[in-house]
Amino acid sequence: MFALADCNNFYASCEKAFNPALEGVPVVVLSNNDGCCIARSAEAKALGIQMGTPWHLFEKELKKKGVVAFSSNYALYGNMASRVTSVYREHVPHVEVYSIDESFLGLDGMPEEGLRDMCRAIRAQVMSYTGIPIGVGIGPTKTLAKVANHYAKKNAHTGGVYGLTNDLETEMVLGKLDLADIWGIAPRTKTKLLSLGIKTPLDLRRADPPFIRNNFTVVQERICRELKGESCLPLELVQPARKNMCTSRSFGRFVTDYDEMVQAVSTYASRAAEKLRKAGLVANHLTVFLETNKFNKDEPQYYPAQVVTLSCASADTRRLVKAAHRALRVIWRDGYRYKKAGILLGDLHPPQAAQLNLFMPKDSIRSDKLMQAMDRLNHKHGRSKVILAANGMQVGWKLKAELLSPGYTTHWDGLPKANA
Amino acid sequence: MSKIVALNGSNCGAPIPVRIGRPLALPVYLARIPAGFPSPAEDFEDAPLDLNERYIKRPAATYFIRVTGHSMVGAGIHDGDLLIVDRSVKPVPGCIVVAAVNGELTVKRLMQKQGEYYLKAENPVYPAIRFGEGTELRIWGVVQHVIHSVNKA
Repeated sequence: MFALADCNNFYASCEKAFNPALEGVPVVVLSNNDGCCIARSAEAKALGIQMGTPWHLFEKELKKKGVVAFSSNYALYGNMASRVTSVYREHVPHVEVYSIDESFLGLDGMPEEGLRDMCRAIRAQVMSYTGIPIGVGIGPTKTLAKVANHYAKKNAHTGGVYGLTNDLETEMVLGKLDLADIWGIAPRTKTKLLSLGIKTPLDLRRADPPFIRNNFTVVQERICRELKGESCLPLELVQPARKNMCTSRSFGRFVTDYDEMVQAVSTYASRAAEKLRKAGLVANHLTVFLETNKFNKDEPQYYPAQVVTLSCASADTRRLVKAAHRALRVIWRDGYRYKKAGILLGDLHPPQAAQLNLFMPKDSIRSDKLMQAMDRLNHKHGRSKVILAANGMQVGWKLKAELLSPGYTTHWDGLPKANA
Repeated sequence: MSKIVALNGSNCGAPIPVRIGRPLALPVYLARIPAGFPSPAEDFEDAPLDLNERYIKRPAATYFIRVTGHSMVGAGIHDGDLLIVDRSVKPVPGCIVVAAVNGELTVKRLMQKQGEYYLKAENPVYPAIRFGEGTELRIWGVVQHVIHSVNKA
């Protein structure tokens, strides 16, 4: 059996957890650069605010309705997500962290009668520990656990926990859903299913798996089997090794100056190197890519990318930044207004498996120590306290995040305050 | 006697075969061992004392909160102090809690009189906070410890 536990309106809930003034208030959280609404509290949803609503277009109108907006505070959300996951791990030995706010719990070997109560206890404990409300769905397969979770969310009488553990209930629920509500069914797949006479998820459950396989792929066949209660997707407990890593951001304003772009690209390469070291990997290839504003069709568009192969796989900030500079020199063109840049690191593997190069030594022990010291200082004193000069000191192109809440759980200066 | 080597190769000796791709944490002797006497303390070494381990019982439910104001000096909680607050502890009358009052977090002692809960300050200058009809006392968490720095820099 599987459970799918997910947090309700996660980012918005994190903001509310430390600010009692937001109780009952419509809250939205904005994407990078304070662009669009990527999270809405229940009250904001009730006002009809859609996912993806561009903030700058509707700000005045929404503020009049009492909507409070926040920039994304990923440090906070990441910390709260670890707290939530650690509660799951107290109850269940096998947890697959599917995304920042969703986890699959492996319930094999646990007596079925006790599952709902256990999930209710988990839900209550997460609320008590973090203030974050969650919904839990239980089912014999991951796909059905997701369906149960969706049902729990939409039906308040379930108290946030619902299980699809018998055929009768499962068929009743599946008969009332839309194909697009099923995990893994894309709009094109739905269209084709409809054309084949499969109108609801119940029809799909009743379909013949080889028939589905012939008309689609093994992916859809698995969904059909999972809907029947045949588990085809095991828990992924070990994250498959990362193949690449991307660090990119849009700019707060357009960048037209080469030196400013060098700063931006150096900063992103430094951040990518930090992530690489944290993952215990080295990279062989580094790509720099630039983008003009694709939404402004009147302006000349330019989306170049350039790959540099490192002479020896590395995670050293200095090497990666140097490579990024080389790539940038190749693709840079004056006269464009760039909106975004990014670094993509490819062909990642652990340092011990690195191929040695006759001419270029691998990252020396001294360079490892320098990187470790840098990471330790940045971790202790705050991101980017120790940076390369190339990253720039005064930066006007940095991501706009004017509505950021404090680092309630991640910065000593950002702690919540209690009046005495 | 064979020595255990750190992966960065800083000591010499018989290397331990490592499976590629798997990090292997090895203990490193912090003091060089001359061929002769090992430290008499070796067999009795305990782990160093860790404040986190002693004072934070449930890290997932524990938060740090900064105090602003003087209403709790009688309880040894001063302006600028750091509170270690556990949201999972059940509040009982007499304990110091962080509560949500009028949209703000406040730290007070939770009291109960004749079935009614109210919040008491620990400073005679400050009044108690009572909850009438239609208002609700919401406890955010229970204070476990307070950290007060004495010799301010």
